[in-house]
Amino acid sequence: MAKFDENARPFSEKWLDERLGVVTLKKVLSTEYWIPKDINFLWAMGMVLAATFGLLLISGIFLLMYYKPDSALAFDSVNYTIMTEVGYGWLWRHIHGVGASVVFLIIYIHMFTGIYYGSYKKGREMIWISGMLLFVVFSAEAFSGYMLPWGQMSYWAGMVITNLFSGGSLEAYGLVEWIRGDYVPGDAFLTRFFMLHVLLLPLVIIGLIVLHFGTLRLPHVNNQKGEEIDFEEAAELYKAGKKKESKVIPFNPVFLSKDVFVMGVYFILFFYLVFYHFDFAMDPVNFDPADGLKTPPHIYPEWYFLWSYEILRPFPKDPGLIAFAIAQVIFFLLPFLDRSPNVAPASKRGLFNVWFWLMLADVLVLTVMGKLPPEGVWNQIGLVSALLFFALWVALPFITKAEKKL
Amino acid sequence: MKELKILGVVAAFTLLLYWGVEPFAHGQMHKHVEGHGFVYDGTADIEGATSAEKKEAKKAFWGEVNEIAKLEGNAAAGEAGFAMCMGCHMDGAAAMGGVVPPSLDHAGALYDKKYLIALIKDPAMAMNTDHKFADTMMHPMGPVMTMFMDNQSIADVVAYLKEKKAAEPTTKEAFTEACGRCHAMRYAKMTQLGDTPEFKYEKDALAHQIKVLEAQDGVKGYMGKLPPDLSIIIRARSAHFLETFVENPQTQLAGTSMPRVGLNKEGYEKVEAYLTEIGDPSKPKREELGPYVLLFFVVFSFLAFLWKKYQWRDLH
Amino acid sequence: MKEQGRRDFMGMALGGFTALGGLGALYAMKRSWDPLPSVKAAGFTTIDLSAAQENVLNIEKWRGKPIFVLKKTADMKADDRDVVVGSDRFLVAIGLCTHLGCIPAYLPGEKIFKCACHGGEFDPSGHEIFGPPPSPLEIPPFKLEGKTIVLGEEGPEFIRMKDAGLTV
Repeated sequence: MAKFDENARPFSEKWLDERLGVVTLKKVLSTEYWIPKDINFLWAMGMVLAATFGLLLISGIFLLMYYKPDSALAFDSVNYTIMTEVGYGWLWRHIHGVGASVVFLIIYIHMFTGIYYGSYKKGREMIWISGMLLFVVFSAEAFSGYMLPWGQMSYWAGMVITNLFSGGSLEAYGLVEWIRGDYVPGDAFLTRFFMLHVLLLPLVIIGLIVLHFGTLRLPHVNNQKGEEIDFEEAAELYKAGKKKESKVIPFNPVFLSKDVFVMGVYFILFFYLVFYHFDFAMDPVNFDPADGLKTPPHIYPEWYFLWSYEILRPFPKDPGLIAFAIAQVIFFLLPFLDRSPNVAPASKRGLFNVWFWLMLADVLVLTVMGKLPPEGVWNQIGLVSALLFFALWVALPFITKAEKKL
Repeated sequence: MKELKILGVVAAFTLLLYWGVEPFAHGQMHKHVEGHGFVYDGTADIEGATSAEKKEAKKAFWGEVNEIAKLEGNAAAGEAGFAMCMGCHMDGAAAMGGVVPPSLDHAGALYDKKYLIALIKDPAMAMNTDHKFADTMMHPMGPVMTMFMDNQSIADVVAYLKEKKAAEPTTKEAFTEACGRCHAMRYAKMTQLGDTPEFKYEKDALAHQIKVLEAQDGVKGYMGKLPPDLSIIIRARSAHFLETFVENPQTQLAGTSMPRVGLNKEGYEKVEAYLTEIGDPSKPKREELGPYVLLFFVVFSFLAFLWKKYQWRDLH
Repeated sequence: MKEQGRRDFMGMALGGFTALGGLGALYAMKRSWDPLPSVKAAGFTTIDLSAAQENVLNIEKWRGKPIFVLKKTADMKADDRDVVVGSDRFLVAIGLCTHLGCIPAYLPGEKIFKCACHGGEFDPSGHEIFGPPPSPLEIPPFKLEGKTIVLGEEGPEFIRMKDAGLTV
């Protein structure tokens, strides 16, 4: 048995350390968790995401108290009880709705930051993969949550997305019915997606967040130049008081202070949207109750699904589904398709720089085309963008392979 | 500074994305309908006519309406004419062709003068639902055309309405009179039969519900389908859509059986206010709390900036 | 050490200010837990006393609880806790045993309330007469309006009883 100091005062730092190892824990997780100094505000997006997830969790708890997962009651429990009766119910709903949308903006910024600086390479593959897993589960979480108000958009999104599982010519309608628990999205569908949204998926997300943090610990966070830092040596330098010479800073309080500032600015924007500009995240069409006999004139997914939706749309049924499926997983493969020996910002990587900006612009164009009605010139632009998307992925191993070592 | 440049790039892409999926995409999705300030002179109807024949008919009709509007109405003389209106537009009125004739208690305040003239002249033409009737006499209110045969008597009764029935309605009265006979509003416990009373016994509640269903069947028979509940229509449609739709339903939904109700600007504002009270009651609270929360985070960011400055003071 | 002090100041200023915002958020959360306005509005029950029969217990519901309404017979002792309407006297009380909250049954023959859970007994005025109940049956706030009684509102008769400590 370990030795315990008989005289340590209960709950004093020493007492706790002997039982829980809090001093070590504090060092490992905060005061001696070393972060490179050469970073910009984009490195704060992880904390911004964690904070947004926190907001979603808290607002979700309060929505849960009056929400009724029943196809006959759900709509009014949200739009009447929560929005008009529950004290500050409207605030929780607006935070939840806006948060669900904005969280994807930050996720995309976070992702493209990683791509730009090559933060998925050379020991950081698991960071990228766990992050992509988070993206996928967040997508499922967003979709299942979108069902819950049981408005027109909920119903028809549920209809269209579950139909994707019929697998085109495979005609697996049995699978679709199994997912729905009914011939159409109905009560069973709503209740099981409610379960997914409030229990199973959040559990998975929390687990993945822990994993994602864990993946950072050994390879450490990347930096603006992609420089390989000897963290131990740099940490010694910092601890010796040579802060200027050291290339690292401790997470707490130095890096955290920057995170908190970025978060503050982000929250100004976030709450501006919550109070004054929420329609983009809470689509007016979803304020019409679900009606299985009337499709709204325009249906479209939430903006963050649009790029992959647009990859589905311009192709015939089967190739469209295959393209869609590939688009869902292709980003997972990034660390293995990028064959370059360099960890460096894209601006230093020649053709890869072109690739990066083309990819970003293409995803943006796909997103906008995904929302536009599928008519006339939009169809052609959509098709070209979808083809370009795949062309870029095919080209990636070749251009990175040809890249010169910096 | 480098970080500001990066922020500029992120912001530019974000704004471009926002512009693309919101204003631009929605602009492409919905045709733009110009409002006309709740003035009813037939211009939009004549433009929107589906055939040359209809165009001529509408031109002639609105021409005459404009002529009548120039006549000096005599409210005293109009009182007798109004008595005829009360034959149908009375308290506890029976449904006519499916719809209960509305109360005219605030008609002078709610509706536009030219619209009222047009309505008495030819209801189906005024409501811009003449496409539903082979002969506009078939409109449930068609018989009015046999009651006011000369233009002066129309001018008189409209003058009477504008003078004697012009008390300012509450927002709820405005909604009830202008919309409430076809549209329910369940979040305000209102049906086509008005306010739903409290019932102690389920039997009475069910009996009332049956009466409501019967009334709704009547409306459905007249309109083709049950007009939607308007509880949260204020959040389900844009302000611009609602405004132009109420002004002239045909411009937004060609062929709809929804009649034009002829609200003037003040009347529409009342109705809109009621839709907001019921459909978006948190609006005032949102607007009250918003500035404080934003101010909080401005101060928070400022303090955080000072803290960051301090923590990073001797790193470079 | 001077540096340490200043660091504490900025960090603490930010922490304190954040805590202030946290308090605001807690207030909003507290308000979300409050009973809904519709629940509060439904907290009033009107009972018509004119149709009551002597020695027949009538059980009404108010705020989810059973309410005993018993019209007293002439031979039942008058009590300060009685609700008096003209010449009639009524017991109006929450029908939950003051011991542990079971609903006592009325035995019209013996003219007592008897609680099946632990054998507590009450007389027709609601006073405990046997067993573990520590106090009489509680009287809900009421207001007399002619021959009807509104539960949930405090009328002068109730306030008089409450001031005399008779309601619990």
